[in-house]
Amino acid sequence: MRKISESHPHPSPYHPRRGLPQGEGTRYLQAISAIVWKDLRAEFRSYELISSMLVFSLLVILIFNFALELDIKTRQSVTAGVLWATFAFAGTLGLNRSMAIEKDRGCLDGLLLAPVDRSAIYFGKFVSNLVFMLIVEAIVLPVYSVLYNTNLFQPGLLIVILLGSIGYTAVGTLLAAMSVQTRTRDVLLPILLFPVAFAVLLAAVKASGGFLDGSDFAEIAFPINLLIAYDIIFISVSFMVFDNIVEE
Amino acid sequence: MITVKKLVKRFGLKTVLRGVDFDVQPGEFVALLGPNGAGKTTFLRILASLSRPSLGEVTIAGYKLPGEAAQVRARLGVVSHLPLLYGDLSAEENLRFYARMYGITNYQLRITEILEMVGLESRRRDLVRTYSRGMQQRLAIGRAVLHDPDVMLFDEPYTGLDQDASTMLDDVLKTVAAQGRTVVMTSHDLARAENLATRFDILSRGVIAASASRKQLKKTDLLTFYKQALAG
Repeated sequence: MRKISESHPHPSPYHPRRGLPQGEGTRYLQAISAIVWKDLRAEFRSYELISSMLVFSLLVILIFNFALELDIKTRQSVTAGVLWATFAFAGTLGLNRSMAIEKDRGCLDGLLLAPVDRSAIYFGKFVSNLVFMLIVEAIVLPVYSVLYNTNLFQPGLLIVILLGSIGYTAVGTLLAAMSVQTRTRDVLLPILLFPVAFAVLLAAVKASGGFLDGSDFAEIAFPINLLIAYDIIFISVSFMVFDNIVEE
Repeated sequence: MITVKKLVKRFGLKTVLRGVDFDVQPGEFVALLGPNGAGKTTFLRILASLSRPSLGEVTIAGYKLPGEAAQVRARLGVVSHLPLLYGDLSAEENLRFYARMYGITNYQLRITEILEMVGLESRRRDLVRTYSRGMQQRLAIGRAVLHDPDVMLFDEPYTGLDQDASTMLDDVLKTVAAQGRTVVMTSHDLARAENLATRFDILSRGVIAASASRKQLKKTDLLTFYKQALAG
C-alpha cells in the first residue's frame, strides 16, 4: 500500500474546483449519463431487474390469456387494458428494485453527496428506469401479439406506449425515491403510485384502444394530448421537488 | 474550516440535537465520541448536507448550509459504516462512476493512484461484492478522497471490521489526515480515537458536553475524560 503523500501531492489537480474548467450544464449532463451508464452496466451484469420484470409481465399476460378465455373479437377490445395493466405492475416492480439497490448499500447517500444539482440524480434514474421498462415492453409486445393473435406493431400504438411509459416512469421514479426511505417501501410504492398515475394509464389505455380499433385520429388526439401534458407536468414537478424529497 | 452555531435538529416531536456549537480549525482531527443515540450520526449527516438543520448555522470552508450545499459537497469526503459502493460494479468502475459524478477530468490516472493507495490495484477489475468488508471499507475511503476533499467525515468507519482490517484502516486514516485535511470522525472505539485524533469532543444528550485537545488530555486518560463528560 502506498502513502497518499507519495502518490498524490496535496493540493492535486483532481479536485472539482481545480480540474479543467467545465460548464455547469456539462457537469449536469455528465452526472446524468454517469448514472445511466452505472445502472445499465450493473443491470446487464446481473439481469436482476429486467428478468424479474419480464417474468412477471409474461406471467400476467398468460394469466389474463387463460382467465379471460375470450373470442378473437373480444380479445382485441381488452388488449389495451391488459397491456397497460401488465406494464404498470411490472413497472412498479422495476421502480421499487431500482431505488432499493441505491438504498441498500447506502449508495443513495453517495449520489446525494455529489456536487451537482440533485435533479440530475432524478433524471439519471428516470432515464435508466425508462430504458428498463422499454426493454421489457419490447419483449412483451411480440409475445402478447402471438398469444392474443393481435397485431401490436403499429407506429401510433408504439408512440402511445412510449409516451405512457415516460409519464409512468417520471412519476414512479419520484415516488420510488420517496417510498424507499420508509420501512414499508415494498407496499408503499404501488399505494402511492397507482392513484397518481391513474390519469396517465387511463389516457394511455384510451389512446392505445383507439389505435387498435382503427378509430379516427380526431378521437385519439385528445388522450394523446393528455399523455403529452401529463408527461410534461410530471417531469417538471419531479424536477422541482426531488431535492426536498430525498433530503431528510 | 467547520463552524456550527446553536444547531438544533428535530424529527417530529423528538429533538436530537439541542443547540450544538462546534468549531474545527483547518488540519484538526476531531474525534466525536458519545453513547448510542447521542446524535453523532445525525450531526455528521447535517455536516454532509444529507440532512437539513431545523435551526442554527453551519458553515464549511466558508460556505453555508443548506444554501451553498453543492459548494460544500465539492470540498467534502464522507465515509460511513456502509460502503456507498455498487456490488455489481468493479472497484475501477465504481471509482470511474464517482469521478464522473464529481466532474473530475482525466480520472484514469487518479483511479490508479487511489487503488494503489488503498492496496487494491491487483483487484481493480473484480466485482465489489466479492470483496471482504475490510477491502470494501478501504475502497470506500478511496472513493471519498477521489476528488481531493479538504474536509473528511468518518461515521463509525470501524463497524464490522476485524482486527487486521481495522489496523489497515488506521494506516489509511493516518495518511489521509497527514495530508493536512480536516477530519471529523465519530467512533465508539476510544482506543482508536485516542490513537488518531488531535481533539476529542463528547456529544451527549444532543449537546457537546466536553471538549479537550490531545495536550489537555495528557493529565488524564480519554476513558476518564469520557466518563466524566457523560456523568456531568
